[in-house]
Amino acid sequence: MSNDVKISMQDVHKRFGPKVVLDGINVDVARGESLVVIGGSGTGKSVLLKCVLGLLRPEQGSILVDGADVVAMSSGERKKVIEKFGMLFQGGALFDSLSVWQNVAFGLIEARGMNKKDAKDIAISKLAKVGLGADVAELHPGELSGGMQKRVGLARAIATEPEIIFFDEPTTGLDPIMADVINELIRECVNDLGATTITITHDMSSVRKIADKAAMIYKGKIIWQGPRADIDHSGNEYVDQFIHGRAEGPIQMDILKP
Amino acid sequence: MNFLFSALAAFLAPIGRFALGALENLGHVSLFTWHALTAIVHPPLYLRLIGKQMLNIGYFSLPVVGMTALFTGAALAQQIYVGSERFNAEGTVAAVVVIAIVRELGPVLGGLMVAGRVASAMAAELGTMRVTEQIDALVTLSTDPIKYLVVPRLIAAVITLPLLVIVANTIGIMGGFFIGTEKLGFNQASYLQITVDYLEWADVYSSLVKAGVFGFFLALMGSYHGFYSKGGAQGVGRATTNAVVSSFIMILLANLIITINMFGS
Repeated sequence: MSNDVKISMQDVHKRFGPKVVLDGINVDVARGESLVVIGGSGTGKSVLLKCVLGLLRPEQGSILVDGADVVAMSSGERKKVIEKFGMLFQGGALFDSLSVWQNVAFGLIEARGMNKKDAKDIAISKLAKVGLGADVAELHPGELSGGMQKRVGLARAIATEPEIIFFDEPTTGLDPIMADVINELIRECVNDLGATTITITHDMSSVRKIADKAAMIYKGKIIWQGPRADIDHSGNEYVDQFIHGRAEGPIQMDILKP
Repeated sequence: MNFLFSALAAFLAPIGRFALGALENLGHVSLFTWHALTAIVHPPLYLRLIGKQMLNIGYFSLPVVGMTALFTGAALAQQIYVGSERFNAEGTVAAVVVIAIVRELGPVLGGLMVAGRVASAMAAELGTMRVTEQIDALVTLSTDPIKYLVVPRLIAAVITLPLLVIVANTIGIMGGFFIGTEKLGFNQASYLQITVDYLEWADVYSSLVKAGVFGFFLALMGSYHGFYSKGGAQGVGRATTNAVVSSFIMILLANLIITINMFGS
């Protein structure tokens, strides 16, 4: 394995009771690369990210971050690794007891021990980066629209300037224009930071905008991976069906036909 | 013969499932408690959050706990009067009220009222944080969610409940005093004198120990059920119910154990 591999997942298995969610995932992400994982709902995309973060423990396989296996780590060691991560959650997952700037500054204050004034300045500059003014900083998350919450979530994910950022369905639930704004912001922020990212989505416009490399997950396995440019002529009928959004094809939805 | 076996299995399986489920929960709670207790001794402690929780658990519970104690103390005095009249022992009202309130009713009813108010709120808040991924978000921001969310609630409850119970005991005795002097015709000075004479240091001590233990259990149950809730709005609702029911049972059981240990011999 070359030094340029930032995250390497090897043969990762995860199941909940009898339900197998990840069934031998193998994928590498190079330093500074943007991997976009596509796949239908309920195919284990979120579980994959949670395994890397240590929120879930896979039964089998290894996940190397900078060459260190996070699966076998003690919680103390994992805490050090976690500091390299930032994450944008699907629903934003903003702390509704805190104001917007306290949300953005959370990692700086609680984990890095920065004083409040400096952290607030950084929070406001990060908010500006995602196109939100200083007046938003004093509001509470409940007072924001969905698109604004996503942007605050993005500001929070990049506030500590992490080496690795995860995006969990960043455009789900947004109108197409706001979705494009978010995609642009993600691309911009990632370029500025030089971060390694994994995005999970089923939005093809995100794939075309954000991805360096794409991978498709189906039934707990990566069934195809390759550069973004290849996705339109992957030669894989599963991928073709997915990116064109056809009901007919090898992927059959578990619905009862009348 | 086969029929007999399958009937036996059908009878035993639910019992086994229940036992396994109970043991699994016990293990889960124990691990959670262990994690929380080890987090208490490792810095940082979030003092601001502890203060906020103390305000919420203590100060805002005062009206509920105060009213409970007042009405209970008053009703108790009336009942004891009626009961003791039959033995011409009306003089015992003040003594029985003070002992019953301080040893049992103050801490138990106070604990139950606070559990109803606070354990449910904790479960609902943490449960919502769980289902909206806020707890996962804490982890990605390098913050231990148990340390940040659970420990302040545990510490605040253990400190605040004894203070609340002191208030509850005082108001409960006052409730008895009002009925005793205004309705039952006791002399005010002698009622107070009997109250003071019969109140022993051990009673106060047991009252405070109970309150601290009850505070620990109600915060633990509220946090635990919220922390591991799943399944959206319904799951949060279930967590809230379980938090209240389990903290009630824990409080009543702990009360029995402490009472037997302190006053049984």
